Amino acid sequence: MTQLVTSVIEDPIVRTRNLNLYYSGAQALFNISMDFPRNQVTALIGPSGCGKSTLLRCLNRMNDLIIGVTVDGSILLEDIELDDPDLDVVELRRQVGMVFQKSNPFPNTIFENVVYGLRIAGMNNREELRVTCERSLQQAGLWDEVKDRLHESALGLSGGQQQRLCIARAIAINPQVVLMDEPCSALDPRSTARIEDLIAELREQYTIVIVTHNMQQAARVSDYTGFLYEGVLIEFGLTKKIFTKPNEKQTEDYITGRFG
Amino acid sequence: MHSSSSNKLKTKVKRSIWADGDPFIWATGAALTFTLCMTVILMLVVMYNGLGVLWPHQISLFEMEDGSFVAGKIMQWSEIPDGGGERVQLKVGNRDLYSLDFRWVPENDIAEITFPNDAIALERREFGNFYGFLQELSLNDITVPADTEPWEAFLSAWNAAVERTQPIQALSQEVQRLSREMERNRLSRARLEHQGVEADAPKMVNLIEEQSELRAQFDETLAEQNRKTAALRQETAIFADAGGRTREIALVDVVRPYRPNTMSIPAKVGFYASKLWELLSAEPRESNTEGGLFPAIFGTVMLIFLMSILSFPLGVLAAIYLQEYAKEGSMVKAVHIAVNNLAGIPSIVYGIFGLGFFVYGVGGIVDSLFFAERLPTPTFGTGGILWASLTLGLLTVPVVIVATEEALSSVPKGIREASYALGATRLQTLRRTVLPMASPGIMTGFILAMARAAGEVAPLMITGVVKLAPSLPIDGQFPFIHLDRKFMHLGFHIYDVGFQSPNVEAAKPMVYVTTMLLVLIVLIMSSLAIYLRSRMKKRYQMGSM
Ligand SMILES: Nc1ncnc2c1ncn2[C@@H]1O[C@H](COP(=O)(O)OP(=O)(O)OP(=O)(O)O)[C@@H](O)[C@H]1O
Ligand SMILES: [Mg+2]
Repeated sequence: MTQLVTSVIEDPIVRTRNLNLYYSGAQALFNISMDFPRNQVTALIGPSGCGKSTLLRCLNRMNDLIIGVTVDGSILLEDIELDDPDLDVVELRRQVGMVFQKSNPFPNTIFENVVYGLRIAGMNNREELRVTCERSLQQAGLWDEVKDRLHESALGLSGGQQQRLCIARAIAINPQVVLMDEPCSALDPRSTARIEDLIAELREQYTIVIVTHNMQQAARVSDYTGFLYEGVLIEFGLTKKIFTKPNEKQTEDYITGRFG
Repeated sequence: MHSSSSNKLKTKVKRSIWADGDPFIWATGAALTFTLCMTVILMLVVMYNGLGVLWPHQISLFEMEDGSFVAGKIMQWSEIPDGGGERVQLKVGNRDLYSLDFRWVPENDIAEITFPNDAIALERREFGNFYGFLQELSLNDITVPADTEPWEAFLSAWNAAVERTQPIQALSQEVQRLSREMERNRLSRARLEHQGVEADAPKMVNLIEEQSELRAQFDETLAEQNRKTAALRQETAIFADAGGRTREIALVDVVRPYRPNTMSIPAKVGFYASKLWELLSAEPRESNTEGGLFPAIFGTVMLIFLMSILSFPLGVLAAIYLQEYAKEGSMVKAVHIAVNNLAGIPSIVYGIFGLGFFVYGVGGIVDSLFFAERLPTPTFGTGGILWASLTLGLLTVPVVIVATEEALSSVPKGIREASYALGATRLQTLRRTVLPMASPGIMTGFILAMARAAGEVAPLMITGVVKLAPSLPIDGQFPFIHLDRKFMHLGFHIYDVGFQSPNVEAAKPMVYVTTMLLVLIVLIMSSLAIYLRSRMKKRYQMGSM
């Protein structure tokens, strides 16, 4: 098996070492050792079914919700082992937020959607909630569009607005890392462009890991790119390098569209 | 190639009608129409027969070929079975004179039918309606203004008599209060005795003294009541039936006198309204075939409420456990099968279980622990509204569980994941997101359960329903809510009045009216629930989910 340890990254925020994952016995990830650089955008690319979502979901332990998943190897967030039964998953998920492929706002008002994470953490100060709501919506570039209808249902928003609402909701609790699983796959080019701009801005404050099937998007928004193939990390490096002069033949074939 | 395929599209091919599927669509449509028709016909029959009952129909006077007279309310015309023309069914009332309320008269025997203005109908406390004519008043104490028209004089005397019943009612309430006090006193002594207190202990002596005081008061009040009642019963009027036979009727026995043949339409509407009000608010009379249905309505509604309070939380919690917490496995599968089968067990089986487990088992234990001094008279060890609603609760729990599970599992996975990804725990996700979203579906389960519970009679018959309950399960007496009391129920009322009453023909209208009310109550309760559900739907499921 190809084993690849990235040594280019200094001071990574998340590291995986020899990570293997099995879905009720069927192995989905093989020996992944990868560093995710701090305050950078890392893109995960690869053909459908290669394990991108699975890898992403390891980073906030969302795979716990699936019965029969076993993991070995290690995942470290700032030197804290995540693959540890005693770990406080609730706290982990507050530090590693997630945005899903299909926008999934709660059937509630826009305001309540944004402050959901704060409310469940026990914050009830109205003023504080309001301020955080405004800040998060500003950061998600949604404030101007919804500031007059904060107390209307979030389900009345367009698909693109809903996805940005989900981003606002994720960053309202101030995570260190934001995981995005194909956040633009259901959106039109304009909404996609907005979210790409947004990712570029969020980069200042957060570490972002994004899964995408869109090569141009990966090239545009990411600083680093990892290429996965059948559960194996084939190549990882600076996006510029991966997209212009990949080391591996498989990477080049995939990027140029010769397979997958 | 290209042209041939476009030709194929242009010429419509004739397929067999089975392949087209038209007969199937007809079948589905017909099935729907059939069920709708059955429901509508049922409702129409009930309403046709039920709504007309309270209307003040005209009294017809039949002069027969042989010179005799018959008066009454025409019920129906029908063909004589062996030929020979039509016959008419007449409600002749006057059960105390004829012993039968109804009579068939062959059309051929009738010489003439008239509607005399002075024909009167009396609703009475006993013996059903009286149809006939007023002859004279026989008054003792009550006076009426001289030279008034006889009917007006009767009405004013009757009103005066009704007014005079008020002090008697007050006395009767006092009698009831005293008898309750005596019962309480007796129970206190029984409790002390049970605790082994001697008969000459000061506490005991006090109670015995109090008891004799109460007894004296009771006897005095009762005597007073009887004396006054007897005096009032001296105020009578003499009526004659169509054939001239007379009958003396105490004024206080008349519930509602009227002359339907002279009533204008507004007066009839007013009469109808007052009858309707009586139906909804008064106690039944004449072994339930007359008067109101209030205790039965009250019992039905309270039963459904109690049942809901007991069964809904239980069902919802069980469903949450099964759906959200239990580990998939053969055990859970077995539970699922069991729950689904529970919904199909005949209700009488639940009734028997309720009788054995709740009434004799739990009730017996409660009695021996808390009401030992009253034994062998059972308190909770006999049927009552609590046990009946627990039994119904048990019966409806499976419905609630199945519906709630369905509702929980229909909440999209993405929504749960979104909640978990924001750091919510299982309980927080459930409480803040999953349950609200599932609430319309859970409501559907409630509606189904309520409808099922409202329609059950069999299990109630052995767990506490009675033909006539002396008092409501909620009243002004401490502790106000009496869950041990027996109660009346509209469904049982239908059975009892319709099939157990000595005078089935006279009871028929009541059966229709009761059915209508029961359907109405179910309708009101489920409309309320449906309204709530649609509000929840708006709140939680609007837009594209
Ligand atoms: N819940 C699950 N149970 C069992 N196997 C799963 C489950 N989820 C994913 N897999 C398997 O794991 C492998 C990786 O799936 P994953 O969803 O991570 O792929 P992906 O790279 O995200 O694909 P896509 O681009 O289509 O989203 C696939 O072979 C898939 O069949
Ligand atoms: Mg995926």
